[in-house]
Amino acid sequence: MPELRIEALTHVYSAGTPFQKTAIENIDLTIPQGQMIGLLGHTGSGKSTFIQHLNALLKPTSGRVLCDGKDVNADKFSRRDVKWQVGLVFQYPEYQLFEETVYKDIAFGPKNRKLSESEIDERVREAAAFVGVDEELFERSPLELSGGQKRRVAIAGVIAMRPGVLVLDEPTAGLDPAGCRQILDNVAAYREKTGSTVILVSHNMDDAARMAERLIVFDHGHVAMDGTPEEVFREPRRLIDIGLNVPHASAIAMALRERGVALEGSIYTHEQLKAAILRAKEVGAC
Amino acid sequence: MLKDITLGQFFPGDTLVHRLDPRTKLILLVVYIVALFQAKSWWSYGLVLFATVLCMAVSKIHPRSIFKGLKPMLFIIVLTGLLNIFYTQGTPVLPGWIVTWEGIGRAVQMILRITLLIAGTFLLTYTTSPIALTDGLERLLSPLKKIKVPVHEMTIMMSMALRFIPTLIEETDKIMSAQKARGADFETGRLTERAKALLPILVPLFVSAFRRADELAVAMESRCYHGGEGRTRMKQMKLQGIDALALVLGAVFLAAVIVLRHFGL
Repeated sequence: MPELRIEALTHVYSAGTPFQKTAIENIDLTIPQGQMIGLLGHTGSGKSTFIQHLNALLKPTSGRVLCDGKDVNADKFSRRDVKWQVGLVFQYPEYQLFEETVYKDIAFGPKNRKLSESEIDERVREAAAFVGVDEELFERSPLELSGGQKRRVAIAGVIAMRPGVLVLDEPTAGLDPAGCRQILDNVAAYREKTGSTVILVSHNMDDAARMAERLIVFDHGHVAMDGTPEEVFREPRRLIDIGLNVPHASAIAMALRERGVALEGSIYTHEQLKAAILRAKEVGAC
Repeated sequence: MLKDITLGQFFPGDTLVHRLDPRTKLILLVVYIVALFQAKSWWSYGLVLFATVLCMAVSKIHPRSIFKGLKPMLFIIVLTGLLNIFYTQGTPVLPGWIVTWEGIGRAVQMILRITLLIAGTFLLTYTTSPIALTDGLERLLSPLKKIKVPVHEMTIMMSMALRFIPTLIEETDKIMSAQKARGADFETGRLTERAKALLPILVPLFVSAFRRADELAVAMESRCYHGGEGRTRMKQMKLQGIDALALVLGAVFLAAVIVLRHFGL
């Protein structure tokens, strides 16, 4: 299980042309193994650029990404190896499906690693089980599946590489509520069973608040906030100023506070909100 | 890597050349090409070269972007030059050589002709947005509608194709990244292996292109698109004074080249 260290990472797109744009600047982060991280930020805040550095898809303009102390961009081999360590699931990953059957598509990653047939088979079945893809679907064409099923097959394709760090870019975008929940539950179960680090890029504050033990907020290419959900949601105003939402419970708590109800603590779940309101009632603050 | 492709790329600007009506520019391009093929002597080549450089200077297009566009044609240009050097009869440069003075002269002229041809075309696409270009083309070709040529359909297909080139390039980039993240290797291996490695890109790309085409058709139909008949434009094209001036200059230019040819100069 790897530990990721990001040192002074900067990425500039189209450097030296009129279209030059600094996507991320001077990012310093340490991501210890096994953490469940929610990566937040509005569109264009640099989070997609950031995650593509974690598995050396993008080369930093300056700065380094260290995986277990080794620079992932040291040479061709390290750039390749890190892709097995850090599995990246892109937004709308179903658009990457191409094989004739679901089985072959999930096997694409392990096959590229030149594993033995039996090992590949084991990994495909394991990955499919993690995301709840039935083995009956193995011989179907991935293009025949429903949207949610496609998404899960695509995620299985990355999980089959058994990455120590799983990065998911908006894995629930465009899915119905049931589909969202299922995918998030699958990811949580995967992490629990394998002890992998999971980095979840999300717009949905409620999901982030519920799932993550650490939240990193990106704003204009910088890390604006970094801490536990409790710490981050203690400043709901700041999140709103950055252009993000806050969880429902935080929004209600903020509205109540503005109307003079003295609620205590950092509130970001409905349970906390309920408890805080009851406490406020007891002491007669409302 | 893929983003470096220049394919009729439009450089927005506000120069005299940019402001010309697209129809004027299209007509002038035809005039230019005719003149280029009428040119025979060094004088007339000089005149065409002068006109090209003048237009480039006015449009503020950097010569570097023209040369960048010439790069893919380099092979053809060099081959034409070599063929002309070796296959033209005349006085040898040195006794016994097959290379002749006439051959060298012809080679230079041919290279100049191809280069100028491409440069002129680039000048049009660099200074005219694809939409304006297809609009202008539609208007110019509209007389052909009388003999049932589907001009509108042709030009709308053209503008859509142009419109979706950047989209498809972006999409290809995304799919490549996604497959690389799964350990796909596009850079090493033998030719057959590399060709096979393209499959994971091409299949999703085709699937999404068809999906996009389908969505586009639905979006157009739901806005009552039914072809070019009775369709009006937000931006009406109007010929201005400078268009008239440019056309007159173009005519003078063509006449000059033809006169030069006539007098064998």
